[in-house]
Amino acid sequence: MKPRQSNFWKVFSTPIVIALFSAAGLFAALLGDGVWDSLSWLGLGIPAAVALRGLLPPCRSELARDGRQR
Amino acid sequence: MDGFGFSEGHEMKSKTIRRWSAVHTWTSLVCTVFLLLLALTGLPLIFHHEIDHLLGNAPEVKAMPADTPHLNLQQLAEAAERHRPGEVMQYFGFEDDEPNAVLTIMAATAGTEPNSSHTFMLDARTGEALETPSANGGFMLTMLRLHVDMFAGLSGKLLLALMGVLFVVAIVSGTVLYLPFMRRLKFATVRQDKSTRLRWLDLHNLIGVVTLTWALVVGVTGVVSASADLIIAAWRNDSLSAMVAPYRDAPPLTQLAPATRLLDIAEEVAPGMQADFIAFPGTRFSSEHHYAVFMKGSTHLTSHLLTPVLIDASTLQVTAVAERPWYMDAMGMSQPLHFGDYGGMPMKILWATLDVLTIIVLGSGVYLWVVRRKAARPVLEKAESVA
Repeated sequence: MKPRQSNFWKVFSTPIVIALFSAAGLFAALLGDGVWDSLSWLGLGIPAAVALRGLLPPCRSELARDGRQR
Repeated sequence: MDGFGFSEGHEMKSKTIRRWSAVHTWTSLVCTVFLLLLALTGLPLIFHHEIDHLLGNAPEVKAMPADTPHLNLQQLAEAAERHRPGEVMQYFGFEDDEPNAVLTIMAATAGTEPNSSHTFMLDARTGEALETPSANGGFMLTMLRLHVDMFAGLSGKLLLALMGVLFVVAIVSGTVLYLPFMRRLKFATVRQDKSTRLRWLDLHNLIGVVTLTWALVVGVTGVVSASADLIIAAWRNDSLSAMVAPYRDAPPLTQLAPATRLLDIAEEVAPGMQADFIAFPGTRFSSEHHYAVFMKGSTHLTSHLLTPVLIDASTLQVTAVAERPWYMDAMGMSQPLHFGDYGGMPMKILWATLDVLTIIVLGSGVYLWVVRRKAARPVLEKAESVA
């Protein structure tokens, strides 16, 4: 049981944080204008930014890091 | 054949994984074409306001001194009837960002179905009609009809609702499969140098898992909106029919009491609320014998929740302030959460970005399925020739 649980958190901890940001973003702008709108842009901006980052070609520092790992 | 080829499934039993994988593959494949249609037509709809302005389809409300008095509702209804003789009033709608104009919907009869109605604006000060061509035809309406019912009426809506349910199942099963795929990989790993298939597999997983919440919310609220006809029918059966029961045997109205004071009457019984729209007698939001003034709450959150005030169309007495059943509230809250129109232009841009990312997830899913099938076929053929 134990290794599976640690695997679950290892794999899902970041997605869960992003999901919470998205949910907060979706909800915030329902509550008001101004700062609430900005919160929603932040909350929804995080998943969009992470996804777009994955689509871009890897930057040099990442390549270097991957090289060291290999 | 799961279509994905798992070789390493020690912790989650490989049989379990194959089952989830089959669920993910087949729910996705069935709904993908429809979801692509929805995502592509939804893209311009996010910006319908801006596109209307750009194409000159948005009515220009004349600049007049700020304190120019408004006509009353009866005068506006008469102006509408002069503008379209032979048609009757269905709805007046009020918009916060255009206080000097009233959205007006007319049709041959009050009960005419929405797609055959004519929508325009009336200048609230002069009664001048301002046409809104994009509400009645053209590119944006085509996009809207493709998105809402594929020009197939109720059956189109229900089919799209079913596809939305499959989409939600695909998202859930995809999330379950994310675990065995990512066990050995760091979050956001995209293997660039192994093969095109691995790169797109990683991207499919990454983009899928980060857009999960947004896609679930837009999917579920889309299903709710697609079921709107059923929800409104349920409301008519549950709440409305009980309230108008005493009128069941009343003769049809030949003359409506003037609409002049409808807003005042509704505001008296629903203090602190604002009118969102008025349904004239005979529409699906009113009864044969009632005006219905739909009042919205005054806070941001409650402005999406509508309380109907039923006003007798011959005596102008309030028959009832209807309770809001939970499913009408669910329908009201679904709209902003589906349209993404409640957080300014940056939210619309994020909505469009997430929509395009969803298209990429759908497309890469089909690609991965095709590639796996191609890779599996030679093995299968070899196995068959040996046997």
